[in-house]
Amino acid sequence: MSGIIIWTIVILTVLGLLLALVLFFVAKKFRVEEDPRIDEVEAVMPGANCGGCGFAGCRAFAEAAVKAPNLDSHFCPVGGNEVMAKVAGILGYEVKQKAPMVAAVRCNGSCEARPRTNEYDGYRSCKVMAALYTGETGCSYGCLGCGDCVAACRFGAIAMNPKTGLPEVDESKCTACGACVKACPKNIIELRNAGPRGMRMYVSCMSREKGPAAKKVCSAACVGCGVCAKVCTHDAIVFGNNLAYIDFTKCRLCRECEAMCPTGAIHGVNFPKPLDVEGIKARVAERRKKAQEAAKAAAANLEPKKKEEEKTDE
Amino acid sequence: MSKLTTFRIGGVHPDDAKLSRACAIEVLPLPQTVYISMAQHLGAPAKPVVAAGDKVKTGQVIAEPGGFISAYVHSSVSGTVKSIAPRADLAGRMVTHVEIAVEGDEWAEGIDLSDTLASEIPQDVPAMLECIKACGVVGLGGATFPTHVKLNPGPNAKAECLIINGAECEPYLTSDFRIMLERSREIIVGAAIMQKILGGCRCVVGIEENKPEAISAMEKACAELGYPDISVLPLKKKYPQGGEKQLIDAVLRRQVKSGRLPISEGAVVQNVATSLAVYEAVQKHKPLITNVLTITGDCIPVEKQHNYLFRIGMPLSYIAEYAGGVPEGAAKIVSGGPMMGKAIVNLDACTVKGSSSILYLSAAATRRGTESACIRCGRCAEACPMGLEPFLLRRLALAGDQEAGLEANAVQDCIECGCCLYSCPAQIPLLDIIRQSKAEVMSIMRARAAEAKAAAAASSK
Repeated sequence: MSGIIIWTIVILTVLGLLLALVLFFVAKKFRVEEDPRIDEVEAVMPGANCGGCGFAGCRAFAEAAVKAPNLDSHFCPVGGNEVMAKVAGILGYEVKQKAPMVAAVRCNGSCEARPRTNEYDGYRSCKVMAALYTGETGCSYGCLGCGDCVAACRFGAIAMNPKTGLPEVDESKCTACGACVKACPKNIIELRNAGPRGMRMYVSCMSREKGPAAKKVCSAACVGCGVCAKVCTHDAIVFGNNLAYIDFTKCRLCRECEAMCPTGAIHGVNFPKPLDVEGIKARVAERRKKAQEAAKAAAANLEPKKKEEEKTDE
Repeated sequence: MSKLTTFRIGGVHPDDAKLSRACAIEVLPLPQTVYISMAQHLGAPAKPVVAAGDKVKTGQVIAEPGGFISAYVHSSVSGTVKSIAPRADLAGRMVTHVEIAVEGDEWAEGIDLSDTLASEIPQDVPAMLECIKACGVVGLGGATFPTHVKLNPGPNAKAECLIINGAECEPYLTSDFRIMLERSREIIVGAAIMQKILGGCRCVVGIEENKPEAISAMEKACAELGYPDISVLPLKKKYPQGGEKQLIDAVLRRQVKSGRLPISEGAVVQNVATSLAVYEAVQKHKPLITNVLTITGDCIPVEKQHNYLFRIGMPLSYIAEYAGGVPEGAAKIVSGGPMMGKAIVNLDACTVKGSSSILYLSAAATRRGTESACIRCGRCAEACPMGLEPFLLRRLALAGDQEAGLEANAVQDCIECGCCLYSCPAQIPLLDIIRQSKAEVMSIMRARAAEAKAAAAASSK
């Protein structure tokens, strides 16, 4: 009996050693040469595998970054400048600092502002709903409210607000990976500059409907009146298709457009002081008056006055 | 009667609820304004050829085809063009409409408005096809595919059988049933015209057994007119018998392979209403500006149900108002049948060539139950008339597995009939999810085909 046990142990041990030897040589012979920096880069990545960088995951990003001649077209939005500095250190490249971004939901059509006109009874998915029709409200551009963006977010940074029926972004969690931007069939979510101390301005509407039609279905819609574009002294407001858009690279956060917007479609967030509507309106009126006087003076062919330089605000 | 045939794979048996079957077709009076959509057919939208201020006559061309798969659109009234502007369709989407203020009812020249039956079949096939194209005839069975394209399958394809679709398998709808009763001879002449165009193949009119009056009327018309090789085939009632591929299986016992057209099995399927439109186009030179629509539903009494001959461009709200207003119990208003129809979000939308009903459904008939977990009972797979596995497609769709999963499991073959959803005991919105993934897979397939074409063109250079 014990003989069988001993023989079994001996045979299996010898077999094991032989196969280990075979495996050792095979591994040597067919070894795949891999740049060791790929592993190093992957180790400093956040490991979210969100695809926000445009690659299939952190490993794919690391592989691409190692192969690339520079890091200009590679940026990890989740890790931000910190991680990119580490990656650049490993690879010996220079990295351009990018301003932090955050997702902005450009629809302000809350249940109150944008009354429901019908009830959707199908599968609760914005993508499915958008393929069928224009949605539960009269606005065909706004948020559908099924929360595809919430489902797409890997960081728990978006949640539906049951009161407004609109998604809200938690800035402290948003990594600007862009998953929600891709998930939204109405393209209302945009990655925008996070701004100094989080202060930023944006037009919270995507309706390209003409004014009266837009206003009819949603009281908070951008009606395309163009007041904001006229008032802006920084040339930051792009206006077209009955819709205003604030170019965040030019916006100087003076909040004049926000105060002047008749429907409240322009939002300023994280400002320490509340919006001084009256003050701003008075300031704008003053400026207009001066401009008119200057124009009159010029028209009356009087002595060309020195134009008063408009003060840049804040 | 001998044993009736039907299609062999899947199918469900909803209550047919043909409540408005006894209502004869009434002609709707003209409204003050009509809005004629430029996207009434499958394919590219038509391009308007009139401008605001123009005077138009009934039956005059107001828009030309915008591509190979497209169709002419005609004015359905006489009057003045008020505007050409976007207007919401029944799903709320903006589509270009031509607005015409109605003044009298003066028809364009060359249109024969008499009731006499013209039963002599012309011999000039290209002229007949041109006539069908010029009259803007499209398939009225639901897909609104331009008829002249379908009747001209190309030199390599040979039609063996023309199937006239009188199945009307959708519950509630009775417009096809009524025209089969009232216009049976015209339909048979239309069928004979299409038979001639297709090169003299045989022709079968398929009608479900729940319409015995239509079967006998059509049989009688066949016998009276005496065209060779046209017969009526009663079919066992089963939904979706009126699906093109299902009807081919029911009539010819042939399965159209995945991704192929019916002509690959020698079949061409045309709806009875299309056949009537072909008759009017070829024999009377009357363009497709009228069709029959059913006003019905489970929440209105039978005396308020109607079958109306409408003109395209009439606002649905106008028709609803004429028929006595929207009933109180209506929780959902549907255009088309309850199985495949689309919910009407905007009752100010206008009728199009393919409009078939205004269906008022009560909350009890339309409300969906609470979804629960799939227990793999396989009822959806049994019900699917295309032989697909809806439960699997749903799982693949939720996993986002498009090419290896959904395409390999033939999601692109789905005809969106809704049998899976109807049969699911767990109330899972199978069709909602599958329809979406089908659209995604088909766009991937199209992109791939375009790429292959570009590559082939580049290599041939």
